[in-house]
Amino acid sequence: MELKYDIVVIGGGPAGMAAAIAAKKAGTDSILILERDTRIGGILLQCIHNGFGLHYFGEELTGPEYAARFSDEVEQLGIEYKTDTMVLEVEKGEGSHSVTAINTVDGLMKITAKAVVLATGCRERTRGALIIPGTRPAGIFTAGAAQRFVNIDGYMPGRKVVILGSGDIGLIMARRLTLEGAEVKLVCEVMPFSSGLRRNIVQCVENFNIPLKFSHTIVKIHGKERVEGVTVAAVDSNRKPIAGTEEFIECDTLLLSVGLIPENEIASGCKIAIDSATSGPVVNEHMQSSVPGIFACGNTVHVHDLVDFVTAESLRAGENAAKYVQGKITANGEKIILRPGNRVRYTVPQYIESRTQDGNVSIMFRVTDVYKDVYLEVSSGNEVLKSVRKKVVRPGEMQVVELAPDQIKSASGDITVSIQLPQEVAE
Amino acid sequence: MMENTIEKIPLTCIICPMGCSMEVTVETDASGHKKVTGVKDNGCKRGEQYAAKELQNPTRTLTTTIKVEGGVLPVVPVKTAGEVPKASLLQCMEVVRRASCKAPVKRGDILLYDLLGTGINVIACADVAKV
Repeated sequence: MELKYDIVVIGGGPAGMAAAIAAKKAGTDSILILERDTRIGGILLQCIHNGFGLHYFGEELTGPEYAARFSDEVEQLGIEYKTDTMVLEVEKGEGSHSVTAINTVDGLMKITAKAVVLATGCRERTRGALIIPGTRPAGIFTAGAAQRFVNIDGYMPGRKVVILGSGDIGLIMARRLTLEGAEVKLVCEVMPFSSGLRRNIVQCVENFNIPLKFSHTIVKIHGKERVEGVTVAAVDSNRKPIAGTEEFIECDTLLLSVGLIPENEIASGCKIAIDSATSGPVVNEHMQSSVPGIFACGNTVHVHDLVDFVTAESLRAGENAAKYVQGKITANGEKIILRPGNRVRYTVPQYIESRTQDGNVSIMFRVTDVYKDVYLEVSSGNEVLKSVRKKVVRPGEMQVVELAPDQIKSASGDITVSIQLPQEVAE
Repeated sequence: MMENTIEKIPLTCIICPMGCSMEVTVETDASGHKKVTGVKDNGCKRGEQYAAKELQNPTRTLTTTIKVEGGVLPVVPVKTAGEVPKASLLQCMEVVRRASCKAPVKRGDILLYDLLGTGINVIACADVAKV
């Protein structure tokens, strides 16, 4: 089956829905969203807790409610979508790209698109990525898989639970399983700090008196058919287990909340440049990847803390995809590289394509460690374009700095984003 | 007569994802009544409101699921339409866990009235169609 659209959006989660809506509103009508699940909405549908939308809607919504705001709009705007549809490949071309997808209704589809928006989200790190010694019994899940079992499929993965990692999904699941009557015996984090939001540490773990141990990891999983327990040990500053600190904890379930990685299989399949720091596509201020006409947004670019930021970023990607289709975005040969400087792990976008901008450009970035009383500095050459004092910055909390058009215009070359300690800041 | 005690306690605001680390000054009178007399390091006004509430009468929105009979999905996500006392969350869950409803369910439908005598209803957060 051969199809033709101006824009094909891959992924019907918050990123894909926002991109499609923005593209439609920017005047492009021929849009198709491809979603592999049975309905659009994405992972938000299993995030039944509240706290979504405070930035974007100014009110507190649950995940399904936040998703419905967008899926309702997709319906109202008459944007086409196909569910239960898996994208196999994107082939880049000159002027248009080809998307190969499959489902049980249409069979194999070859879809030609002037622009493609990658909104494929991210994946959870699994046990394989951690190399925990021990047997391979049933009862080991990623936190997100357990979340789906409980909140969508309606059953409990176990009764006595240990959670490794203090990512937000792990923290949320600690509360969720406790509310459902399970005993969460421990949340164990190898780092001396949590990668999750502080509010989740408080309202999901501390409020329910769930033990939380920092600088601890699991050194062994026990049980043959089913998990029977784990051995936990303290780690030193190099994250190596300290002999003699081992402690056995009986449990039937182990959840892993040890990080998310952008899903970039399609992107790397069509030779899009990937940033080794984010594991997602390198993008410019239009959220356009290294391949003209292929855009990317949401957690496939870099893992966000808040869906509100995913929405903001994806609206931009969608609008720009429409502008690209309409011939309003063309490269002018300029390229200002954004460099992560001192104490900064990465920036998104990784480069700015034009010195001339109509509006502010938001630069998102993450810091490498926890720093207090520092300056967020954006500089070009020896000139400081912007300096903002920050009381505290944490790796778990994405930072955003806005550059005004005149600040970008005044950049003499590449732009560096860094966190400067007070003694490093010139008076 | 006992004097009022004043203490400064750290409190993380949970109202928004900023999660401000605040310092709250709490005055406890002879009869044990707590009163927040000062809040420091809160990013916005909601921090003050949260601190006062959290120390006098902490409440939370409860989010969970309710079983659906005859629906395309086995459960529907729900939330309390207002906040319930934090201390009653596990008791509320006992009630919600035993409840069930019949498909179709529409977002906003009231599925349980007056949860545990709190006056707060439990409402559906999503649609579940009939099989």
